[in-house]
Amino acid sequence: MTDLILIAISAAIVNNVVLTYFLGVCPFLGVSRRLDMAFGMGTAVTFVVTIAGTLTFITHCYVLLPLDLAFLQYIVFIFVIAGTVQLVEMVVRKFQPALYEAFGVFLPMITTNCAILGTCLFVWLKGYDTLLKAVVFSFFNGVGFTLAIVIMAGLREDLTFADVPKPLRGAPITLFVAAILAMAFMGFAGIGTAQ
Amino acid sequence: MSDAASTPTASQRLARGVLPENPVFRQLLGMCPVLAVTNSLAGALTMGLATTFVLVCSNVVVSLLRKQLQPHLRILVYTLTIASFVTIADRFLAAFLPDMSLLLGPYIPLIIVNCLIISRAEACASKQTLAPAIADAVGQGSGFVLGLLSLGFVRELLGSGSLFGVRVLPEAWPEWLIMVLPPGAFLTLGMLIAVVNWWDGRREQ
Repeated sequence: MTDLILIAISAAIVNNVVLTYFLGVCPFLGVSRRLDMAFGMGTAVTFVVTIAGTLTFITHCYVLLPLDLAFLQYIVFIFVIAGTVQLVEMVVRKFQPALYEAFGVFLPMITTNCAILGTCLFVWLKGYDTLLKAVVFSFFNGVGFTLAIVIMAGLREDLTFADVPKPLRGAPITLFVAAILAMAFMGFAGIGTAQ
Repeated sequence: MSDAASTPTASQRLARGVLPENPVFRQLLGMCPVLAVTNSLAGALTMGLATTFVLVCSNVVVSLLRKQLQPHLRILVYTLTIASFVTIADRFLAAFLPDMSLLLGPYIPLIIVNCLIISRAEACASKQTLAPAIADAVGQGSGFVLGLLSLGFVRELLGSGSLFGVRVLPEAWPEWLIMVLPPGAFLTLGMLIAVVNWWDGRREQ
């Protein structure tokens, strides 16, 4: 139980997927202009990454490794992720129209979101050996992504009222804010790393 | 892509990718490796070359397949093509440059989801013949290498006082640790884009 909690804290905060591994930086800089959109994107990513992390873990452990096909890992992973996204989109549209309204528009963009493939690879790189650990890690990576993108959107909404020097407008000032945010998250370093 | 009226020649495409449409500073594409591996110049160079290799190969394949592409399956075709070439690049690095492969870690497989490659496949290779597609890939790839190297140069120089692992600043230089850590990546990229914007603004006046 303790190690599950440590995995959760480490994934969501200490080793935040956006601010320390730079995964999913494109939506982080692009979408995070409005709070509600950022939250929708975060929810969609969390949803898909949990399912994709679970499925790729199962595929890797029970199909690729026994058949000695580990070199096909990347191709199979990206195929599983693309399939998951399609499936989630269809299921949500059919059974949960309200949910689809909330984050359906973000689903097609997610296949090429590095945070998803990155998480699936990290599950394997960090050597999580049970399915439960893989699921917890994937879910809390999604939570960490949501956290970062929502904080960023809040900061950027305030930033629209600031008088930014002309060359710094747009991407540069956003990157500076991200740098300060990353420094703040470095304050958590050391918590939950003793696994 | 510019408007269809002025279709650029192959050499114009090549030149355009390097500076006027630089993927890092102008289009802000493929930010994930740009930020992650640029704390050393050697890592930045390897990542840039690997990405260029994949970009050129996938543009060639997509350009050859462009008549057979089904609209609703095209993204899947792009992704699987890219994933195959990334696997080749990854196995090559693991065999011949094992240290570099270890250093870059998951960022080599993450080339698969680099938006730069998919956007070039969609915007250029799926509509053009072989020659313009290759020229476009080489141009955009060089622009990407240039972006990675400039970021790597600043970060390694200030963060470790060295270039390609060779000490260039005097021993008294206090190493700016923050530059090799994640915040340094955001900060340096922000600075460089600001310089490019400032330069543009000055030229317009």
